[in-house]
Amino acid sequence: MNSSVVSKVKIKQLSPYIPKHFVIVLVISFVLLIVCVFASLVLGSRMVGLNAVLDGLFHQGIDSYEANIVRKRISRTVFSLFCGAALGVSGALMQAVTRNPIADPSILGVNTGASLFVVCGIAFLNISSANQYIWLALAGAAITAAFVFGIGSMGRSGATPIKLVLAGAAISAALSSLVIAIMIPRSHVMDQFRFWQVGSVGSATWDGIATFSPFLIIGILIAIITAPALNALVLGDDVATGLGVRTGILRLVAAFGAVLLCGAATALAGPIGFVGLLSTHVMRLILGPDLRFVIPMSAISGAIILSLSDISGRLLGSPGELEVGVVTAFIGAPLLIILAMRLKVSAL
Amino acid sequence: MKNESVTFIMAGRRQRNRRWILVTSFLAVLSCILCFAMLLLGNTIYPVKDIIRALSGEQIQGVSFAVNTIRLPRMLAGIFAGFAFGLAGDIFQTMLRNPLANPNVLGITTGSSAAAVFCIVILQSSGTVISFASVIAGLATVILIYILSRGKSFSIGRLILIGIAVQAMLNAVISYLLLVSAEQNIPAALRWLSGSLNGSQMHELPPLIISVFIFAPIVVVLGKHLSILELGEQSATSLGVSTDKTRMMLILSSVCMISLATSTTGPIAFVSFLSGPIAKRLVGVGFSNLFPAGLVGVNLVLAADLIGQFAFVVRYPVGIITGIIGAPYLIYLLIRMNRKGEL
Repeated sequence: MNSSVVSKVKIKQLSPYIPKHFVIVLVISFVLLIVCVFASLVLGSRMVGLNAVLDGLFHQGIDSYEANIVRKRISRTVFSLFCGAALGVSGALMQAVTRNPIADPSILGVNTGASLFVVCGIAFLNISSANQYIWLALAGAAITAAFVFGIGSMGRSGATPIKLVLAGAAISAALSSLVIAIMIPRSHVMDQFRFWQVGSVGSATWDGIATFSPFLIIGILIAIITAPALNALVLGDDVATGLGVRTGILRLVAAFGAVLLCGAATALAGPIGFVGLLSTHVMRLILGPDLRFVIPMSAISGAIILSLSDISGRLLGSPGELEVGVVTAFIGAPLLIILAMRLKVSAL
Repeated sequence: MKNESVTFIMAGRRQRNRRWILVTSFLAVLSCILCFAMLLLGNTIYPVKDIIRALSGEQIQGVSFAVNTIRLPRMLAGIFAGFAFGLAGDIFQTMLRNPLANPNVLGITTGSSAAAVFCIVILQSSGTVISFASVIAGLATVILIYILSRGKSFSIGRLILIGIAVQAMLNAVISYLLLVSAEQNIPAALRWLSGSLNGSQMHELPPLIISVFIFAPIVVVLGKHLSILELGEQSATSLGVSTDKTRMMLILSSVCMISLATSTTGPIAFVSFLSGPIAKRLVGVGFSNLFPAGLVGVNLVLAADLIGQFAFVVRYPVGIITGIIGAPYLIYLLIRMNRKGEL
């Protein structure tokens, strides 16, 4: 929420041009966000009433069963919003940096890289706190991103969507086999990280959120600051250079921001796919290509998408729950199909 | 002069023929050795004599159960699934003229797997129903990705991209089905997401075995036309090969085989992807590598299963081992194709 206020101020200073529906979209998004928060507190395998929500939120003294359920759901809701925002912005940044409409942390295999490092840390270094996971996940995400992009951009035609996706899928397959191979013999690792294979926000704690927040803030700041220059980058390296953008440094900084966001989100929630793809494309469809608007709005839409997916996962999987990663894959993959159908053969 | 060139060509052909026979028999012998190892090795190693007696129907305390109920079905499942995956994978790769276009990457095996899981955990059906459902799901997946990727103009790249997306979706479906069935245990998930021979049972095998015996000959015979199809549509038509009919038959047969294999063992990762290229490397260009590809598939599955069972302290399912072997090769292949600009 903070980010969008900042960006609004910036937009007014920098540009007289505001997309046609921007204000309406902003209002609708905030309403949706509030509805999501409310639904996330109320809905689940046990529904609670409005009174219980109010008790849980505002009357710390009341200690009813339902109020306690609501209190448990608060941290989860906050985390799903934060995590969704991070993944949304990360997707938008990756799409801009690779100049590729189907870039997303999961499609490029970056999430799996982060998972592998964390699982290794737990298995071999006996690491067990979120503070330590996050650094390992970041290292894994960064290395994998560099590797995938390196393979994907080999050859004369550069990084085309199909090359990037295949490199990501191949590396993701390789790494997830390794993750399972490391987990199988160690039952404690397996118990701890079963949800990792698909991603879940259910185990969020306030400590985890506190660890996550600085990464989220820094990542989103980077995204907002680089957005105008990234707009130029979309036109091509030559044009961007002509407009005074130092493309090398810009790419590095923006990619750093993207990795920071998706690495930190993966460290705490496990690999959650397609949120970046979905949120960015929805916003681009409504607002047009200007990244100064698309980036902050993908944070909000990412938050909405992830918390809606989490709620649906809770309802579909009741009395247990369906991991949010499964839900996002199911709704995100069709978008990938549509994008693949619309791409021109020459662009593949 | 003319005579000389004819003898030259004949000599080359003979040489390749000899190489083909040599490679094929080597692969066959290797499969036999691996089969023997599958029967011999286990928690207890029984004397060979006892194993043979148990196989021929004598009741021997302990041996009969271990060999006939556990090791033999496991071995047979490995052989037939490996052959089906190898052969069908090679068909797809040759037909689409791209090693990446195999049933694994295109999500066809995932489709069959999802159908099998649905039948097992939701409908609680068994036997023929599972086989039918997985074949139908496999065919439906093929048709779906084909229709989706046709668009304005067909391209392999688009097909692969859509296949990957369909696969992601179907994997989500499998996870969901395993969750609601309260069978969210690791062995089940590993079997249906990456393939395993654990818990193969004799009564599950007949559909797979029968389908391999029916479809493998069809595929190998039609495969002769495949090398002509590889020359491109127009050349094939002018050489008298009915491209559409051949293609249709090949796709139908291969999908039936892999779907049934998947419904028994799960989609064993990367076997359908690795077998064709390995066989091609061994046999060389210019000869049908379909049958060798099937044998390579058998060897891969059996060897990977033996490695998974005995090379480590814990037992890994076969799909994890083939995944770890196959993925680096996929990466290598991508790097090579990108360098050459084939993608």
